[in-house]
Amino acid sequence: MPDDRELLDTGASAQLLGDRFPGMAATDEQVVAMQSEKLDSDDILQKRPFGFLFWFALTWIAIVFLAAIFANLLPLQNPNYQNYSALSQGPSSAHLLGTDDLGRDLLARLIFGARVSLIVGFFGVGIGLLVGGTAGLVSGYKGGRLDVALNAGSFIILAFPAIVAVIAIVTFWGQSLLHITIILGIATIPLMFRVIRASSLSFAQRDFVVAAKTMGATDTRIVLREILPNVIPVTVTFSLITVAGIIVIEGTLAFLGLSVNLPTPSWGNLINEGTANNALSTDPYIMLWPAMSMFLLLWSINLIGDRLRQRFDIREGLL
Amino acid sequence: MSKYLIRRVLQLVVVSFVISVLAFLLVHLLPGDPSTIILGPNDTAANRATLLKQLGLNDPLWQQYLTWLGAVFHGNLGTSYLNHESVTHILATGAPVDLELIIISQTIAFSVAVPLALLVSRRPNRPLDNVATTSTFGMLALPPFVVAPILVAIFAVGLGWFPATGYVPFTQNPATNIHDMILPSVAITAGSIAVYFRLLRSDLISTLQQDFITMARSKGLSGRRIMWRHAFRPSSFSLLAAAGINIGALIAGTFVVELLFAIPGIGYSLVLAVNQRDYLVVQGIALVVAIAYVTIQFIIDFIFTIVDPRVVRE
Repeated sequence: MPDDRELLDTGASAQLLGDRFPGMAATDEQVVAMQSEKLDSDDILQKRPFGFLFWFALTWIAIVFLAAIFANLLPLQNPNYQNYSALSQGPSSAHLLGTDDLGRDLLARLIFGARVSLIVGFFGVGIGLLVGGTAGLVSGYKGGRLDVALNAGSFIILAFPAIVAVIAIVTFWGQSLLHITIILGIATIPLMFRVIRASSLSFAQRDFVVAAKTMGATDTRIVLREILPNVIPVTVTFSLITVAGIIVIEGTLAFLGLSVNLPTPSWGNLINEGTANNALSTDPYIMLWPAMSMFLLLWSINLIGDRLRQRFDIREGLL
Repeated sequence: MSKYLIRRVLQLVVVSFVISVLAFLLVHLLPGDPSTIILGPNDTAANRATLLKQLGLNDPLWQQYLTWLGAVFHGNLGTSYLNHESVTHILATGAPVDLELIIISQTIAFSVAVPLALLVSRRPNRPLDNVATTSTFGMLALPPFVVAPILVAIFAVGLGWFPATGYVPFTQNPATNIHDMILPSVAITAGSIAVYFRLLRSDLISTLQQDFITMARSKGLSGRRIMWRHAFRPSSFSLLAAAGINIGALIAGTFVVELLFAIPGIGYSLVLAVNQRDYLVVQGIALVVAIAYVTIQFIIDFIFTIVDPRVVRE
């Protein structure tokens, strides 16, 4: 049997079809009949467990998290210690990934560099969720003038290319981890607002909300008990996509030399160091380790987000 | 139609106005002023004050804004405090470079994503579709700063097919220029291919289940004709919308490849100007990039009305 979402989905397109070619709108029975033959990958995946790749991705994220959190306890050298008797060395038992041209241990720099990506990504989205998400939840439910104003405002802010604003603010304000997390977090507020508002709005008119209202529930109670639980799937999925998004922006800034100040390592500036001073021809691995780690982290976050989206029956277009 | 267009143009004007205020405030509300950079750290406070007065930086903010905006309307974005190069000149030399990067990368992205999506969506979940879907999903995790150095390591350093750095203006030698631009353009393409392919594929799969496609099939039309003439247009709406949104990510991508390949575009000037507190340059670049961005979105909305006339009626 097709699930609700597919019915809704095809129902909507049947509706559109009817707009365009009167008399061609499909009836519900036809939709169901169409559905049973449908061969969308989403359908098949939904009935399956998460699958090997999902657990692989989750494992990689767990490894990166644990390594970053316990970096101080691991038997690593100081990532900023310059050992002049071990410059530009290849992998050895003392330096598992070798050293860079200043004699710093690449493995230590890689592991400590993960901290920047994770902190910026997850705390940044936390800020976006707290401010943009809360505003979107309430605004979508209450509607009215404030909602119209906030909605228009978020449109205008999103019209400004974020990277330009972020580059300017970061440089003038000072390149610390705290500042970058706050700035990128603020940059996600309008995004979070729009997605969560749209979801909240779609539930605000539903029968169970009307019923709660009729029974005399307060607005606070309705938002927290009726709307919030329904909005959570979209929120979790979209948050994961946004985490990947800000990790990319931080990496871009770091590559341009505009993220955390050197010598603090971050994957973006490690990749940049791996391309500087002809390093790509002498030792491409300096660039390759952080590049691979970044690729795997982004891929894992995207994959988990995508699998959850399929599980929660959210259409890709809504995000 | 005209009513819809007028409304959209009005929106564009309002958004452009707000952008001009944001671009102005962005620079002026942040700490630091250009006097230290121009005079050096050891000059006297008196000289500093005279300079700030000369530059008009002591006037009230609104007055500075109006002066700047008035000049902008006369096509004068000001001159750099440091090397006295005009901002319009910086933009005129940098913008074509970025535009070329974006055009080449988007041409590649569409010519890979569209045929691939048309090919696999006819038989979803077959091996070919699975390979395409899995590999484009991987491309989502390849931002320019990750993929560009890898491309340089393989195709420039390893195989020597392309230069690792360097830029020759198009007007000087078109062939060399295009050859130099291929690697940086490809480096910013991965994300676009992934997004376009995924959206078009999923929209095509649902379009192909519609009655009018069955109808076209039963009329005996060829598979290719059905895909291009009947299925592509009604499936291309999300693709168009995504192309508009994608421009923002492409701008960030061009900054990265400009730095890595030493290409003299806008991003390079922007980073330099920000580091030197060169107010007018930062302001001018932010203004022009943001307005270009909303204008592109406006043009895409306009194309939307041609592809899908229902938009205007709503």
